Amino acid sequence: MQATATDSKTGGRSKLSVSGATKIYQTKTGTVHALEDVSVDVREGEFLCIIGPSGCGKTTLLWSMAGLHPLTRGRIAIDGDPITKPHPQIAMIFQDANLLPWRNLEKNIELPFELKGTKPDRERIDRLLDRVGLVGFGNKHPRELSGGMQQRASIVRSLAVDPSVLLMDEPFGALDAFTRDEMNLLIQEIWMETGKTIAFVTHSIPEAIFLADRIVVMSARPGRIASIYEVDIPRPRPVSIQTEPDFIARVMEIKTRIDSQRGQEFDHSAVA
Amino acid sequence: MNKALEESIPTFNKKDTGGDDVSLSGGLAALGSAGGARTRLEIAVIILVAVIIIGGAELILTVMEVPQYILPTPSQIATALVTEWPFIWPHLLVTLFELFVGFAIGASIGFILAAVITQFPFVEKVVTPYILLLVTTPMLALVPLLILRFGFGSEPRIIAVALASGPMVMINSATGFRRTDLAKIALARSFGANTLQIFTKIRIPMAMPMIIVGLMVGSIFGLLTTVGAEMVGGAEGLGNRLTYYSSLIRMPQFFAIILLLAAIGISIYVFFFWFGKKWASWEA
Repeated sequence: MQATATDSKTGGRSKLSVSGATKIYQTKTGTVHALEDVSVDVREGEFLCIIGPSGCGKTTLLWSMAGLHPLTRGRIAIDGDPITKPHPQIAMIFQDANLLPWRNLEKNIELPFELKGTKPDRERIDRLLDRVGLVGFGNKHPRELSGGMQQRASIVRSLAVDPSVLLMDEPFGALDAFTRDEMNLLIQEIWMETGKTIAFVTHSIPEAIFLADRIVVMSARPGRIASIYEVDIPRPRPVSIQTEPDFIARVMEIKTRIDSQRGQEFDHSAVA
Repeated sequence: MNKALEESIPTFNKKDTGGDDVSLSGGLAALGSAGGARTRLEIAVIILVAVIIIGGAELILTVMEVPQYILPTPSQIATALVTEWPFIWPHLLVTLFELFVGFAIGASIGFILAAVITQFPFVEKVVTPYILLLVTTPMLALVPLLILRFGFGSEPRIIAVALASGPMVMINSATGFRRTDLAKIALARSFGANTLQIFTKIRIPMAMPMIIVGLMVGSIFGLLTTVGAEMVGGAEGLGNRLTYYSSLIRMPQFFAIILLLAAIGISIYVFFFWFGKKWASWEA
């Protein structure tokens, strides 16, 4: 009955460990039980996707990992070091890029350095801008750029400070399908090149399968881990893989898991 | 035929004659749309219209032999402005001084109050009705009282200007500060920002368009109050000159003062418009 995930099979040192995470908060309309006893280890260099229906607490889980809001119970630690506030080794990538509209691209990317009171690492920034194809856009403002370009800039902003963990909160949810494929390829490449540990929240099953080493499937209210799914497709994975029967079979399997989870939920509410 | 078709299709890639795609927040845009001469042609036409109006007024007033005490001709006003200048400019300085000091005090207090109060929703709810009272009550009405207390110097007028402009700045800035974008604050926090940094790097820039609207409206209110207060009592300032010249029926001089007041008003507008373009142009 209790969905605690124990990571056993493949090795890999635990980078980010979540144990017994429970989050209950008050809103104007009442109490929200966002997370219930969630335990999962994100392994060093792993690409972990977190998926589930809306309201399953996946964003709450990610924001807790980022130290942006405290847990009601439980513990989150990076390399054994408990996270109670934002950690310099962890960078977050938000929905809709979340660039500051009053700053040009260059100033947006320099923001983390400004906040830390250090000099921007120009060389690294330029290399990253080159990597994502944004050279020469430094003096453009966010509104002058497409959604994909904005999200590339936000990826550069996060990688510029060289964190070891990237937390991504539905970063490509607002993009059109083509741009989304492009961004998924890019993030896969960057991940393979840099070896960062990534936790990636999405509500797109194909996106999760395309990107992840493992997929955490969550159930809603209170958010629990329903199951963990290993994706053993070799890398690099081309975009075209998404039309292959094996890929589609995997999508169906995860979809079934999520649906059965929701089915149970409906049963509960019927009884109650 | 092809050509005709081309001409009938609006070209979207062409740079709009509006020039910069800069418009500020709703409030500023509304203020801005009144002005905004951008191309040379527009400026030329505006000048042409001015020439026609001024020249026409000159001509009609001269031909109709309208007496000077009813309406002086533009040339008489211009002459009066030049010849009376040595007597006028000290009053101009007094008015500018009162406006500037009063506005600086009022705007600073208004801005700080807005920044602090919006952090505490309960306090904000309690204070807002009183601020509204200050906004809606003409501060000019307090001037006789202030004169009783502070005499005929600049002090009562400075206080009145501060009281008139401060609440305007406050109420608009508060609207700006209330626009909290949690994602942007979370972004700053995720990079280790402290409370002060969140304030200076996120909250203030985000509130800036509304702050500028507040400053613009507040300073115009300040100008009204300065001139009004000077008309009520005392012996200095452009407002005082208005009552002085009209009591002597020296209409060219009277209109020269009005011209100066209009120039001050326009300067304030142009300054904040420029300020808005520089600091709040990001908000489409």
